[in-house]
This record gives sequence, C-alpha cells and structure tokens, in this order.
Amino acid sequence: MTTLDVISPKRRSHGSVTLWAGLALVGLHIAIGLLTLVWTPYDPTGMSGGRLEAPSWLHWAGTDRLGRDFLTQIMVGSRIALIVGTGAVAIGAALGVTLGILAAFASKLLDDALAATLDILIAFPTLLIAMLVVAASDTANLASAIIAIGIALSAIVARLTRILVKRVLLMDFITAARTSGSSWPAIVFGHVLPNIWPTLSVNFALQFGLAVIAEASLSYLGLGAPPPNASWGRLLQEAQGTVYTAPIGAIAPGIALVSLVIGINLLADGLRDSIDPTRRAR
Amino acid sequence: MSALLDIAGLTIKTGTTTLVESLNLRIAPGERLGLIGESGSGKSLTAMAATGLLPPSIKATGSVTLAGQQIIGTPDHQLNRLRGTAVAVVFQEPLTALDPLMRIGRQIAGPLQRRAARDGNPLSGAALDKAIFDLMADVALPDPQRIAHAYPHEISGGQRQRVAIAMALACRPDLLIADEPTTALDVTTQAEILRLLDNLVRQRNMALLFISHDLPVVASIVDRVAVLRRGVIVETGPVAEIFARPQHDYTATLVAAAHAFDAALGEQP
Amino acid sequence: MSLLSVQDVTFSYNASKRVLDGVSLTIEPGDSIGLVGESGSGKTTLLRLLLGLTRPSSGSITFNGTPLDPRSARFMRDYRRQVQVVFQDPYSSLDPRQAVLSIVSEPLRALRIPGDHRQMVSDALASVGLERNILGRYPHEFSGGQRQRIAIARAIVAGPSLLLADEAVSALDLSTRIRIVDLLKSLSEQMTLVFVSHDLGVVAALCQKIVILEKGRIVEAGATASILANPQHPYTQRLLSSVPRMPA
Repeated sequence: MTTLDVISPKRRSHGSVTLWAGLALVGLHIAIGLLTLVWTPYDPTGMSGGRLEAPSWLHWAGTDRLGRDFLTQIMVGSRIALIVGTGAVAIGAALGVTLGILAAFASKLLDDALAATLDILIAFPTLLIAMLVVAASDTANLASAIIAIGIALSAIVARLTRILVKRVLLMDFITAARTSGSSWPAIVFGHVLPNIWPTLSVNFALQFGLAVIAEASLSYLGLGAPPPNASWGRLLQEAQGTVYTAPIGAIAPGIALVSLVIGINLLADGLRDSIDPTRRAR
Repeated sequence: MSALLDIAGLTIKTGTTTLVESLNLRIAPGERLGLIGESGSGKSLTAMAATGLLPPSIKATGSVTLAGQQIIGTPDHQLNRLRGTAVAVVFQEPLTALDPLMRIGRQIAGPLQRRAARDGNPLSGAALDKAIFDLMADVALPDPQRIAHAYPHEISGGQRQRVAIAMALACRPDLLIADEPTTALDVTTQAEILRLLDNLVRQRNMALLFISHDLPVVASIVDRVAVLRRGVIVETGPVAEIFARPQHDYTATLVAAAHAFDAALGEQP
Repeated sequence: MSLLSVQDVTFSYNASKRVLDGVSLTIEPGDSIGLVGESGSGKTTLLRLLLGLTRPSSGSITFNGTPLDPRSARFMRDYRRQVQVVFQDPYSSLDPRQAVLSIVSEPLRALRIPGDHRQMVSDALASVGLERNILGRYPHEFSGGQRQRIAIARAIVAGPSLLLADEAVSALDLSTRIRIVDLLKSLSEQMTLVFVSHDLGVVAALCQKIVILEKGRIVEAGATASILANPQHPYTQRLLSSVPRMPA
C-alpha cells in the first residue's frame, strides 16, 4: 500500500498530451461534419464521375459504384456518426445513470428485480430493440436508430452505474455527509456522481464507438439512416461486393471510423485526468 | 558465527525515488530482531527484498544473503526453493493471505507436501492427514476436524492467523518473517498470537524478523530492534537499551509517545 | 438533565443474533467517555444508533430529553448540528474530489447555517492546528494526520455540543496518534466527547469514563482510573491483561 502511494503520482505530463490529441482528432471530425452542412466537394447524392473510379485529383478517394464522390460521402458520414454517437450515448447515459442510481438505492427486492431486468435487456440484441422501436414509431429513420441504440446502451450503463454507486456508498465520506445533515439528492450530486464520473466517462467513450458501429449494422438491414444518407456503416456494407476490385471503399470509411473512436477515447481519458484532482499535477 | 540473513548496503528504488537506502541488518540463527517503523518507512519492502518478492517495478541493489545464498539478482525460480525451506513469511491480513476458495486442510497440506517432496520422502494419505493435524495442534487450532474442512471466511481472524502460521511452519524454515502479524487482530487475540509465536520460535529454534509499528508488541517478543525511518535505519540495539535511552530524536519521539499511552494505563500488574 | 440517554437498547439484524442487548448508558454534558470493545462487541452499531443512522430494534435514545427520531426532519436538523462524528480512516472519510473548503463547509451548507462560511472554515482549520490557507487544496495532498485534522475541523465547524469519534486515531502512526489525541483532549474541554475504540491505552489517555462492551452488552462502566486500577468483570480483566506493555 505504502509502496503504491509512492509509485502512482508519476503520470502527470502526458495527461495533457492525451487531451490535446483527442481534441485534435474529434475536432477534425466536428469541423468536417459542420462543413458538410454548407459545402461538400460534390453533391453527396448526385453522380459526379464514372463508376468505381480509382482515387485521382478530381476524386481524392475515388467514386462508388453509382459514380458518387467517395470523399464527399465520408465527410457527410462524419456528421452522421457524430449525431448517432452523441445522441445514442446521451440517451444511454441519461437513462442508464438514472436507472443505475435508483437500483443502487432501492430495497434489496427491487434492486434484484432491476438487476435481472437489466441482464435480460443486455442479452437482447440491439437489432431486436431497434425492430421494436421501429414497430412502435412506424418509421425507420436515423432517429429511431439512435433511440434503439440508446436504449441498448442504457442497460450496460445502468449495470455499471449500479456497481460504481454501491461502491462509493460504502465510503466513510458518504456517512460523514449524512451526519453533516446532507440530503440524499445533495449526496448524489455532490459526492456520488463526481466520484463515479471518471469511470463512466471512459465507458461513454467506448460506447460512442459501439453506437457508430451499431448504426452501421442497422443501416445494412434498412433500420438505420435511409439512403441516400451516407453513414460510414452503409459505405462499408456497400463496399462489401467490391472490396477486391476497389479496396479504397472499405479502407477509407474504416479509417474514418477508427480515427473518430480513438479520438473520443483519448478525449475521455484526457478529460478524466484533467478533472481528477488526484491525477492533476501538484 | 555466520549470519542466517545478512543484508548489506541494501538500496531499494522505484524510478528515481529512493525507498530504502544503504540498509544493513544481520540476523544470526535463532536470533530475534524487531524492525520498527511507521507507514512509509520501508519496513515491508525490506522484508520483501529479503525474500526476493519485490515487484519488478521496484529495483533493489546491494547484497542480501539468506542461508548463504545471494537473493538480489537471482532468478525467481531459483528462489522458490529457498522460500519454501530457509524462510517463511506471515503477513498482516490473514484473510488475503489465504486462498478464499480452498479448504483450510488443503491449504496447510500444500507447503507440507512441497517441503516433504524436497526432502525426498513425499507425504500422502494418512501420513499427510496426521502431519496436518499435528501442525494444527502445534498452533493450538481448536476443533481441527471442523476447521480443516472449513473455508477461510468461516473461521475467526485469530484462527486464520493461526492457519497462516501453521503454513509457515510447514516449511520448517530457519527464519520466520512476521510482517505486522497481529495488527489486524483484537487485543485479546493479539496477546494469544504473540504467546504462540514466542513459544513456536523458541521450541523450533527459528530466527525471527518481527516487523511492527507497535513498540510494546515488539518489545514483548524480540531481544534486539532496529528503528527504520524513511528508508534509513536510525538506531539499532537491545530493546531494553533503546527503549530506556534512545539516542536518535526520532526514536525518542516514538518511545515517549508509547510511554505516554502506557503510563495512562497505570501501574503494570 | 443528561445530554444523551440510551435506555435498554437492543439491536438485531435478524431474529437469531442480537448485536446489542439491553444497553443503557447516560452521557452528561462535559463527559469524555470511551466506549471500549473488540470486534463483535457492538460498539460500531451503538455508534450508528447514536448518530441516528439506524434505529434500535427496541429501547429508546433521548437527546436533551427529546426522543431521537431519524424520521423527523426538524429534530434531525438540530441533532446534526449538535452531534458530529470523526471516522477511523482519514483516507475514506474525505471525498477525494472536493477541496478542503468544500469538505469542511459541508455541515454549514447542509444545515443552512448563516454566516461567512469561508471564515468559519478557516477558523475551524486554525483550531485543529492547520494553516488557514489550505482551502483550495485536495485531500491527497495531505498526510494521514493532516487529513484527520481536516475531518475534525469538519466535525467542529458547526459548533456541536457532542463529538463522537469512531476509532479516530487507530489508523494513524504512533507519533501522529499522540498529537491527534492531544487535539481531541483539548477539544473535549469545550464539548462532550464519546470516543469509540478498541485501544485501551488511547482511551485511558483521553477519557475520564470508560464503558466496556462485550458481545453486545455493557459489562462494566465507571471512572477510568478506578476501572484500570480495579477491574471487576472477568472480561475487563482479560482485556487489560492482554494490552502489551512497555518494558519497565
């Protein structure tokens, strides 16, 4: 124990490097996403060249099998990925954190019931939840996909939150807050949430990536963003048939997806380190 | 007489931080030494270095010889044999020192069988059972039939520490290292465990390195003490001498504090 | 009138095992009382009852003649102001994500006590022997002894009349321990102190009265000096003879 205390305060300086690298990558995607609202190299839905052209000065990433500019599609994809990721994680976080805290505070019986419900929900494929949401809302569009993914994520968030909250509630500073006269809501917002936030935020970053990937598979089945919305997932699926003849179709959206997910993870790590007083430089 | 444990110029570092500096300690066969230190003094690190159990991120330099074998720089698999025969360790928290998923009888059987196999006459069956129950009797574990079949969480803290001591004895070590062995225990249990350790060490003529922050506890079981502060030994000598006439300011502070609490208890019975 | 009165209190989690069994205890204003017991004695449960965190299965606790009722928000608000606590582990009792100002001022905020909180916190820090200018620093920047002083500052900032301490020096090093005992001793001249501990030496140094608990029952209670000199109950005798003593 004493030895660990001596070792741990080492990782100070690269906290900010992580933060800046994450900000740069995510910022790039946000900038591109915003740019596509006012300008794209070509019309994202219109034919602008021959089919499956190789990368050239006119089409930096080539064209797809309908002759649309591929770079334009990927840029529009950034916007869709950010919307899907942010939306789904926001829904998942709001629902999941609330449920998790309720479960942690609930009586033994209610807690067990909630825990069992969450386990069942986690076992449900996102696809099935999406089909139910679509059935309930009557249309398959980006919003229904985001809601479905959000619900699926919320079960995972809730289970994690429940465990984290229970662990924090055992600490003496919670009892000290109670004997200081603090109400439970004050304790939740003043002590519990700040202490579980570092772990949760890293988890949200992971789920952002999961959400973007989940949207891809929903799009493939016609349950996501309907064509001609160019989500990266759909680009990947469309490139399936031509992966040997025009590999750029799979590689480019892949790189875009991975760079965003890595960026979000770096950003989450950096943010956690910079808000955590115990990791901050002394 | 040559020392059983000879630590010379031991320095322990992690990165650029020095945790223990130029430490010298000698324990002769059958001798008892107390290592007194507060949290962060490096007393547990010294014990780990003496048995070659330091984690890889922590580097030790200098010399530690145990039963004539150099510890520092020796690969782990060669030290395993030494740890099972020359030295055994009893830790502070008996609950984490025992495997929670293994019955007590089997836990004690492990080191017994390893030691017997090394001596060339493997133990099994009725002979092993007898050895287990003999050992349990040696550490005065009550109701051995029940406890042998129990899991660690099913017995009391004092009983768990007795089991840990039994496992250490099973190796028949020349040196027993006890690292705060009674700190997690109740006062009345502590008194029993100290008596037990005292008797066992005497009967088996083992050397003892007793690590503790508690001065009266150390005084009750060892003859000689070393006082460790921030990785440096500030004073060494016979218990009575050091407690009566501490030379170093730090030792004087500790002794005065211990005397203050002791005096509050009134006359000694 | 007694400050706190515990009458025939019993507590059990289930029918088979009683954690506290018929405990009666009176705390007068100005007392410093040590509740001494080993693991399983029920001392921690008794403390939780005194803090109003749990309710007794039977029996009653009264504070200044009024029954302690954790469900009455009005009673509890006054009670929290009057009764504060210091815990054993200074690492777990301070929220690692809050600065000293926020930690120590928590009772002032929670109990909506009027006044200049910053000034009150800095006065409380001064009276536990800490610098006034540490308000913006975080718990990990302090040693165990300093953290315990911060925890004590939080306990006294609202001006309580009763201070409860749960093994408040057990996790500290010897040289730090004696200084915190001295601090608590000087505080006990201004307020009533109930000190829960397994350590007879510390209790003897700090408290005028001792209550010995064994397996949920009070086996002996009285003035510290007379109990140490002449323990009556066999358990007290065994406890006292088990304490390791300094060589003469």
